[in-house]
Amino acid sequence: MASLCIGVLLQYSSIDAHAEDDMVVIPKGHYTPLFKSDDGVKTIAVESFYIDKYPVTNSQFHAFTKQHTKWDKAAIKPVFSDSNYLKHFSDDVMGDIAAQPVTNVSWFAAKAYCRSVNKRLPTTSEWEYVAKASQNLADGSKEPEYKQQILEWYSRPNTVTLPNVHETQANYWQVYGMHGVVWELVSDFNTALVTGESRGDTQLDKQLFCGAGAASSVDPGDYAAFMRYAMRSSYSAHYTIESLGFRCASDVKEIR
Amino acid sequence: MITVFEPVRFCTLLFSMSLLIQPASTMAESKLPVENAVLTAAPQVPPPITRDHAVKMVVNLETIEKVGMLSDGVEYTYWTFGGTVPGSFIRVRVGDSIEFHLNNHPSSKMPHNIDLHAVTGPGGGAASSFTAPGHSSQFSFKALNPGLYVYHCATAPVGMHIANGMYGLILVEPEGGLPKVDKEFYVMQSEFYTKGGYGAEGLQPFDMAKAITEIPDYVVFNGAVGAMTGDNAITAEVGDTVRMFVGNGGPNLVSSFHVIGEIFDSVYIEGGSAINHNVQTTLVPAGGSAMVEFKVEVPGTLIVVDHSIFRTFNKGALGMLKVNGKEDLLVYSGKQHDTVYLPEGGGIQTISESGPAPIEARDKKERILFGQRIYEQNCQACHQEKGQGIPGAFPPLAGSDYLLSKPERAIGVLLKGLSGKITVNGTDYNGVMPAVSLSDEKIANVLTYVLNSWNNNGGEIMPKQVAGERGKH
Repeated sequence: MASLCIGVLLQYSSIDAHAEDDMVVIPKGHYTPLFKSDDGVKTIAVESFYIDKYPVTNSQFHAFTKQHTKWDKAAIKPVFSDSNYLKHFSDDVMGDIAAQPVTNVSWFAAKAYCRSVNKRLPTTSEWEYVAKASQNLADGSKEPEYKQQILEWYSRPNTVTLPNVHETQANYWQVYGMHGVVWELVSDFNTALVTGESRGDTQLDKQLFCGAGAASSVDPGDYAAFMRYAMRSSYSAHYTIESLGFRCASDVKEIR
Repeated sequence: MITVFEPVRFCTLLFSMSLLIQPASTMAESKLPVENAVLTAAPQVPPPITRDHAVKMVVNLETIEKVGMLSDGVEYTYWTFGGTVPGSFIRVRVGDSIEFHLNNHPSSKMPHNIDLHAVTGPGGGAASSFTAPGHSSQFSFKALNPGLYVYHCATAPVGMHIANGMYGLILVEPEGGLPKVDKEFYVMQSEFYTKGGYGAEGLQPFDMAKAITEIPDYVVFNGAVGAMTGDNAITAEVGDTVRMFVGNGGPNLVSSFHVIGEIFDSVYIEGGSAINHNVQTTLVPAGGSAMVEFKVEVPGTLIVVDHSIFRTFNKGALGMLKVNGKEDLLVYSGKQHDTVYLPEGGGIQTISESGPAPIEARDKKERILFGQRIYEQNCQACHQEKGQGIPGAFPPLAGSDYLLSKPERAIGVLLKGLSGKITVNGTDYNGVMPAVSLSDEKIANVLTYVLNSWNNNGGEIMPKQVAGERGKH
């Protein structure tokens, strides 16, 4: 455990990425998390940042594993991933899945991928801030149909093939496939459990169960947000899940 | 500032989470004999427990999300325990130590967990069983209290996990077991909130707004409309004692559980130890249960309903228990008689005769003419325009041997009505004709019209004859 922590410390650094064609800049703004802090509803200021237009695809991730072989399916250490890592990759043949979002990746692997392209994973606040946008509005919660549309993803059979990332829905920021494609990893995925305050810490994950979760939430009707928070709380950094992928983000120093 | 990843806190969390995972071998129950739980899908129930000692019961339950039929032509993506709605029935004995494995299928979109109301402990197992897709969780608990308990998924958003089908029953048998019965069934009520209304075809998504306002499109037994009717009906033999383990998954509605044509001899109120007798309808709360027992005495189909009755007739809450065997006419006779009911005095329907005095027919020709209008207003609906009747229902008047062989008899039929079997032109009719409330003049006219129409062989009925016949009654 100790060596792992040092490793994580060394890996962490803030990188100023360049604006690239496959990223869009998100102007600074505010995001209201699902859960109240002790002093009531909390609004988090989100600084401007870049985010990938599309989720990382199978072919992109495959190229990464060939370049950084310690993240190869055959070579990955068990501490960084469970046994289902990239289980849908077979014999390096991408075929139909090349442009589909990569899944069955661990948080460690996703983080390493983003670092390899001088990016990082988005934070929960950043991800949720972008996800808040509907097709036409920066704040989709003002559209009554928006939440219901998101919920309908969960009503679709899970046997359906994932779409190519370019064929997914773009939102207000021209970011594609934020909803209805795959869950996405964020850098601080497990902080919903940690309130940073002793009373909250002793409650830990019970916040999300039954009545306790509803009592402390800002919008008990936002079922989609509940599901995302629950999902993030359910996995550990080495888990891989066939509906869990990611995209990268990066900082900006200046906005023109 | 953007909230970013804090490495120190992350390490602390990893460390503290590892402490939360208890080694299974520390359980003091390791000396108990081990059994694997038999799990059944509704309406089946695992066999009664006959042993007189506790065991370590290993339960392996899988959570899986799958498309199923909610009603004819209506599909729904169910979230299930064990692949069925309601989830697998679990049967243990008080004192058993249950080693519970919750396995979340890799294809699941959602993390799931289980809150068993039979568990004594925070969350009912929810926190300990919280499981990401493609993973398994294990926890153990001791069954301290006997009773019939609901279990359900308690992952946020809890209401949606339940609304999609994640509930079932666990029975903790008391020491010595439950009294022996002939048939046991698993019946669980719940409701569904769909984007389209009742019967709207295709794959129907969950409707959050309807769930919050608690107005379901479907209220069903065992997960679908028709899951317990027709070929899927549960069955018993006359003389059987039947026990139903009744649960209510909700998520919102309380059930007024009732079996049409039976009286519950015993009800274990709310699935606990208090027993009530001779109950017609028992309340089953959302997230609660009841055990009902009754002896079926006569054959026939008993209808299982939520007696909040529009749910039964308009939303699907209907099941059937078909009882086979010999009639017992002392207990239930069937229909013994069906007779015309003729109330005395003001109860009888009358046609107002006020207004100008009716014109009396001066001869047979006028009698026939006036009679035609009376026929059209009073008789034609059943006996038809040409007096041909309707085969199997209403006998003909045209060429009717019953009528023409004894025309005077018809006066009495109109005055008194007629019921029971008659034979007309060789065909049996077993219907009811109500009495008509017409004056002597009008009865004479209409009968004369009938006797002189459609090639009938003529004749005339006089008002005096009608008056004379009326005097006899």
